[in-house]
Amino acid sequence: MSWYIIRRVLQLIPVFIGATLLVYFLVFSLPGDPTAAICGERGCTPAVEAALREQYNLDQPFWVQYFLFIKGVLTFDLGVNFAGREIATIIAEVFPTTARLAIMALVFEAVFGILFGLIAGLRKGKIFDSTILVVSLVVIAVPIFVLGFLMQFIVGVKLGWASPTVSGAAPFNELILPAVVLGLVSFAYVLRLTRTSIIENVNADYVRTATAKGLSRRRVVTVHILRNSMIPVITFLGADLGALMGGAIVTEGIFNVNGVGNTLYRAVLNGEAPVVVAIVTVLILIFCIANLVVDLLYAWLDPRIRYA
Amino acid sequence: MRLARISKVVGVALTATLALSACGGSGEDAASNTDRPIVVDGVEPQNPLIPTSTNEVGGGAVVDLIFSGLVSYDADGVSQNEMAESIETEDAQNYTITLAEGKTFTNGEPVTAQSFVDAWNYGAAAKNAQLSSYFFESIEGYDEVSAEGSELEEMSGLTVVDERTFTVALSQPESDWPLRLGYSAFSPLPEVAFEDFEAFGENPIGNGPYKFAAEGAWEHNQQIALVPNEDYDGPQAAQNAGVTFKMYQNGSTAYQDLISDNLDVLKTVPTSDVQNFKNDLDDRWLESPYAGNQTISIPYYLENWDGEDGKLRRQAISMAIDREEITTVIFNNGRTPATEFTAPVLEGYNDSLPGSENLEFNPERAVELWEEAEAIEPYDDSEPLTIAYNADAGDHRTWVEAVVNGLKNNLDIEVSGLPFSTFAELRTNATDKTLTGAIRTGWQADYPSLYNFLGPIHATGAGSNDSVYENPEFDQALSDGLAADSVEAGAEAMNKAQEMLLEDLPSIPLWYQVAQGGWSQNVDNVEFGWNGVPLYNAITTK
Amino acid sequence: MPDMENTPKRVVAPKQPAYPIEHFVADAEDTPVVATDSATTDDAPRSQWSEAWRNLRRQPLFILSGILILAVIFVALFPGIFTNEPPNENCLLANSGGGPAPGHPLGFTQQGCDVLSRVVYGTQSSLMVGMFSTLGVLLIGGAIGAIAGFYGGWIDAILARLGDIFFALPLILGAIVVVQLPFFRENRSVWTLVVILVTFGWPQIARITRASVISVRNADFVTAARSLGVSRFSALLKHVIPNALAPVIVITTISLGTFIVAESTLSFLGIGLPPDVMSWGNDIFSAEPTVRTNPMPLFWPALALSLTVLSFIMLGDALRDALDPKARKR
Repeated sequence: MSWYIIRRVLQLIPVFIGATLLVYFLVFSLPGDPTAAICGERGCTPAVEAALREQYNLDQPFWVQYFLFIKGVLTFDLGVNFAGREIATIIAEVFPTTARLAIMALVFEAVFGILFGLIAGLRKGKIFDSTILVVSLVVIAVPIFVLGFLMQFIVGVKLGWASPTVSGAAPFNELILPAVVLGLVSFAYVLRLTRTSIIENVNADYVRTATAKGLSRRRVVTVHILRNSMIPVITFLGADLGALMGGAIVTEGIFNVNGVGNTLYRAVLNGEAPVVVAIVTVLILIFCIANLVVDLLYAWLDPRIRYA
Repeated sequence: MRLARISKVVGVALTATLALSACGGSGEDAASNTDRPIVVDGVEPQNPLIPTSTNEVGGGAVVDLIFSGLVSYDADGVSQNEMAESIETEDAQNYTITLAEGKTFTNGEPVTAQSFVDAWNYGAAAKNAQLSSYFFESIEGYDEVSAEGSELEEMSGLTVVDERTFTVALSQPESDWPLRLGYSAFSPLPEVAFEDFEAFGENPIGNGPYKFAAEGAWEHNQQIALVPNEDYDGPQAAQNAGVTFKMYQNGSTAYQDLISDNLDVLKTVPTSDVQNFKNDLDDRWLESPYAGNQTISIPYYLENWDGEDGKLRRQAISMAIDREEITTVIFNNGRTPATEFTAPVLEGYNDSLPGSENLEFNPERAVELWEEAEAIEPYDDSEPLTIAYNADAGDHRTWVEAVVNGLKNNLDIEVSGLPFSTFAELRTNATDKTLTGAIRTGWQADYPSLYNFLGPIHATGAGSNDSVYENPEFDQALSDGLAADSVEAGAEAMNKAQEMLLEDLPSIPLWYQVAQGGWSQNVDNVEFGWNGVPLYNAITTK
Repeated sequence: MPDMENTPKRVVAPKQPAYPIEHFVADAEDTPVVATDSATTDDAPRSQWSEAWRNLRRQPLFILSGILILAVIFVALFPGIFTNEPPNENCLLANSGGGPAPGHPLGFTQQGCDVLSRVVYGTQSSLMVGMFSTLGVLLIGGAIGAIAGFYGGWIDAILARLGDIFFALPLILGAIVVVQLPFFRENRSVWTLVVILVTFGWPQIARITRASVISVRNADFVTAARSLGVSRFSALLKHVIPNALAPVIVITTISLGTFIVAESTLSFLGIGLPPDVMSWGNDIFSAEPTVRTNPMPLFWPALALSLTVLSFIMLGDALRDALDPKARKR
């Protein structure tokens, strides 16, 4: 087991190199000259543009730029963005907020998705099952930028139950609404995954065995059915953590959360390669660890799965 | 006509507010509220807060409050003295500037002639890569210090005479040059700035009506807190206990904060709420025209749009756009149809220049013109007209779509919108002259002058000349206007130059900008300036 | 060739009357043991796939969803039958935001376009984005995930880490880069979007498939099949995949909807289909600014999208039921 973990951690190295290389290359091939973004509507003089290119190494070929970045990473100096701010400071600023938001969204989708999925699965075809299907359809069919604005308007402005925007410190209570919005689509996935898994397992032999042994229905459901239904759900949730952290562009924008998604988005629009790569690197670390944890959970959930 | 109507609406809205505030509002609340800073919407500045490297609205709004130049502009765009006591010239080329006595920076350092000369030299020198360096282009010696790779640091046209006096020599006579001096790039800098610009940009020390509330008042991506500068005594003195810029990623979010009273002033109602704000805000909104316009430019390097047939097609396009209807329906009157190339709030604006009928909606005439063009040289269908815009910001899609539909309906030609993913990509295509169709353009005035809308955009080789218009007669008319001995005479010459543009239509003016803003129940006296920015210092809490 | 009829499942569940068990079962309805156990072994052995098809045909859920999907495809292929308005024309601002009028039963958009015409003509692009993206991620992600999960070891390490790399790439970054590639820049179309969504969407399906395969590959019936001399690859194809499909089907059917919606969100972020391509996503995006004053132009494309997703979800449910030997009802 520990050998397996060590091996997985070592595998991070090629993933890191591959991902940074690819991301850096993508930013490098972004259309348009980054200095055009810095100079804005008015543009600057050619001399200023040339000076800016030199300042941010934009006049260097791809490999040199990439090498300079890697050198920076290895010496713990990530450099500065186009606004002259330390990239390390930016990362320290946005990741805690987004981590809170993502974990809250994950908890929301896990708790309600599994709970509702379980009930819907056990009562397949009943009224609850159908209602919840309609709810998931709405969540799937209406884009998050519409749902988000509507929920912000209704819950935040009209009802006044929550602040429509998140302040700088991003306290727990202000993040509830954005977390729910962020987790909505994934909630639909978790719900339907759980429901299907439950339906698959409800007739399994071990359930009958357990029932035959005289175990209470509650115990059969929670320990036997649920536990064995969790593998696809856990897999989804593990992968989703990474997506929630990096892909919350729309939700963070709507609720004015100063987080990873938006910082990444703006950096991409401005062609700020070092910022994009630095953020992506942290994201890779996060979900490689999440994936490892998920893989280890498989063995716990299903004793037949072994890692050597 | 339309302007008059809109101003009236503003008037009504304002009087209603005043009336309401007069009878409403209990005394106790008002007292406890007055030491509270007002919260206004902002955008995270993209550069350190150094006047010459601030070229976007986010940083501009803050820099304008913490720095004061020689002059500033009042609500109508008229220059008023700030640091200057007098700006004198006899030939519109050599200026003698005398500073007022007793002006200081917030660290106690006096504002001297050297503070200005050093700041301007720093801003112009290529080695400092200041984004707004081109503002100093008129000054003698600019060409040398701003040349690529130049290590020079001082412009020969700037000379310090004594503590309070310096002279400026321009490379050619320009009668509207003093008008430009209210732009933030012309602000003075204290000595401490030159020690460490990086640190200074993070915690700037200025001489304006406001200053940073404390060291580190700029909480990135969250807010910038400003408090009144007690040492400031000028025309823009603060009437409130401070201004806090709250940073927003998009306008709709700011709007939601406004209608739930978490934000005091919103300077631009987002497109998504243009249909709602008049209901949501009762009478707490205004529509105030400002010096900005929206145009589409069609490059001359495109075969279909060059030559005599190209000119006729440009006129046909222009006449096939129903500006009135689009501004009413899409913007809910948040724009006014354009009649020329500048903006109505400017001195010298004339809405009935010869040729302005080319900007009037006239679908029958448009079809005729198109057919005339066809007779000269048939339209190459393989390159249908596109209107390029950037889709990452600014919300251009809706109006571009409306213009496209109008052209399709009225001219029966193939037209489509062409979104570019990023602003950088759009600009790079324009600069490299690789556009395949028209491009959305527009201009916000840096300083209140007709020339600012004409020279930088349509002069041969100018930086923002996206249509690559080259007309020596037009260039000559501009030079004549600059050399005129008064601003009035200059404006007349500028309008002569505009007549050529109205005939040639290198770009097609669509509409003038109107600021649609709103405020919360907690503030009063909200007015917008000539450039569409609220007069923050005049806003009061209640 | 052994198939499910001979798997150890049947051995563990001995053929005996269900009644004695009844005493211990709380709710017979929830655990329809009878149904499973009443299966007969008289039929000639069939492959699991043909067995599934036989089951599928009889399900009302399948028939209903099949009809719905065929209807949507029909609209996509022959939009002209359903509306008299030509596509992308006659948008008059004078009609902006107007309600239903003669000849325009669903009213008008903010740009004054006929809503019905836009929804009908938008079906094709939206359905293509949804179906081809789903197909793409299913083929690529499914294959990679199944191989990684089944073979394990270094194959798993390489494939799973490859998925990690792609998963880490921000979709928006990739999308902006892909959109400007010379090939796509000239004709930005549905296919551009499909390429983007598949390139950045396959790792999710891969991970789910891998997990599902891992949990099935050690099952007794796979071991049994292998010990009977079935090759590894054949065991993967015939025994593992059919039993690992359920979660994949769920993810796939939902993804179909999220892909169609993703097009809208990409437009919101500035990289979707160009405005002159008609699609539900484009319509939803264009209608968003007026959602408070005139929600109907947003409602209709969203409804069309919901119905499409619903029919695919029902199809997925039916397929899953048909493939599952345990839940099979005769």
